[in-house]
Amino acid sequence: MTRDLDPYQPCAAASCGHPQRHELAISGLTVSYGSLTALEEVSLTTHCGRCVALVGPNGAGKSTLMKAMAGLLRPTRGMIAWRGQPLARATAEIAYLAQRSEVDWQFPLTVRGLVEMGRYPQVGWWRRFSARDDAAVDQALETMRLSDLAGRQIGALSGGQQQRAFVARALAQEAHVLLLDEPFGGLDRPSQELLTELLGMLALSGRLIIAAHHDLDSVPEIFDEVLLVNRRRIAFGPVDEVFTPDNLAACFGTPAQPAPLPPPDRDRPAGVRPSAS
Amino acid sequence: MHWLIDPLQHPHIQRALAICVLAGFANGYLSAFVVLRKSALQVGSLSHTLLPGIAVGILLFGLSPLSAFAGALVAALLVGLGSLTVARSSRLGQETALAILFTAAFAGGILILDFAPVDVDIEHYLFGNILFATDDDLRTVFWVSAIALVTLTALRRPVILMLFEPAAAQSLGVPVRLLNYVLLGLLILVLVSSLQAVGCLLALGLLVTPAATVYLLTDRTEALFWGGGLIGAGGAVTALFLSHHFDIGAGAAIILTLAGLFFLAWMASPRYGLLRRRAMLVTAGGAPPLRD
Repeated sequence: MTRDLDPYQPCAAASCGHPQRHELAISGLTVSYGSLTALEEVSLTTHCGRCVALVGPNGAGKSTLMKAMAGLLRPTRGMIAWRGQPLARATAEIAYLAQRSEVDWQFPLTVRGLVEMGRYPQVGWWRRFSARDDAAVDQALETMRLSDLAGRQIGALSGGQQQRAFVARALAQEAHVLLLDEPFGGLDRPSQELLTELLGMLALSGRLIIAAHHDLDSVPEIFDEVLLVNRRRIAFGPVDEVFTPDNLAACFGTPAQPAPLPPPDRDRPAGVRPSAS
Repeated sequence: MHWLIDPLQHPHIQRALAICVLAGFANGYLSAFVVLRKSALQVGSLSHTLLPGIAVGILLFGLSPLSAFAGALVAALLVGLGSLTVARSSRLGQETALAILFTAAFAGGILILDFAPVDVDIEHYLFGNILFATDDDLRTVFWVSAIALVTLTALRRPVILMLFEPAAAQSLGVPVRLLNYVLLGLLILVLVSSLQAVGCLLALGLLVTPAATVYLLTDRTEALFWGGGLIGAGGAVTALFLSHHFDIGAGAAIILTLAGLFFLAWMASPRYGLLRRRAMLVTAGGAPPLRD
């Protein structure tokens, strides 16, 4: 049953090196907030079926990159293309999962209610849920092993369950690309392992998983590709080729040119420091 | 049954009852939005702004529901947008700017009413005068309630999405900024429509308490909307009968009834009530987390 992960839009091209697999291509992406440049000339190409980590120090632009990919902010220069089309505006094919600390966990919302939100783009603003929509929600809950918890209020879940509930919403949405901001932050070991396994299965079934990630030690066991970023792209590629001490030093060490001071109201540390656990 | 039927013989009570049902339901329904958005105090400022608007409306166009309504609408918009402008062009936050502007406007309203050409009883606008409502008032309340309910029902999915997670809503293509303006407009409309029942000092209660009560009873988002509507309408109607039989002010009775219901839920909600939390602390040694 767990193999039957994707009844809606199976992406057969995903894992077998098929030439027609769906491609996410970022080229020359630059994002500035006023005079502050958060990202400069970042380029990378990846495709569905992969699990990609975004790694870099605090304020390196990981969240900015995620938000640009989610269509939440407009790049100053450069382009993001998904399946050969410019990602000009928000689309249901891409699901963005904010950091857990940014969510109001007291909101009167059950796990099932949260996952049902994922169907809104398909169902539209007015129509009732069809049997197919209900089935998609059931399937998403089951895949994320939350069926028993469907009636719980979201704040009454553990951290790992909360994260899985949001992934389930992305599944119900039939999202092809999952953008996760620090999905493993604050999870205990068993929760982390379960989430790793489930994300791996989703990648196998043809989704593209992109996650900002803090814990350097766990990068090799969770991800297959990694982008080392510190305002610029330091390195990008398969984890075993790119995730090297030299590259990490280049990413987390003192930058060659001093970064401009961030404005005082921005939540960024003044110095750049490695954040390995 | 006399106590129930007798009051209904009077046309002015019938009208008042209809207004209670309509305004109570519309306000209760919208209170879900206010509670989930955590913007109760902003709405309070807006409701106080209605008084000067009404005063100017009466001064310019004479005493009629329409002039009061138009004035209130314009004043609320001016103060709402004005506070945004002040906040953006100074180092003050919007809440501070709003507080300054709405108290200034309120004070201005009191002065203007002194100069009004007709004899205006300011208490009617402060605390409501539902028993004096006219057919025109009823018609206004009906249309405002209908517009508010239909719009919010049609938009409830994007609204819930936006309230819960603005970023995710935006990434799914919800026009967050536009939606916020639409909802602000609805709020002002409904506030004005509830003036007749509870007046501008008490309007905030009708636009917060119903959904806050349901908030303590349910984990289902949509229940907050229709549950708030039912509590708003039911509470207002109950209070109208109470006010008739005990000869007390209807506006105050409505707000106190709603507050009483809230107090009940706060104490005795099976899920989130105070008694329940006590019991859980004693037996299991744990209670659901409080909001920090």
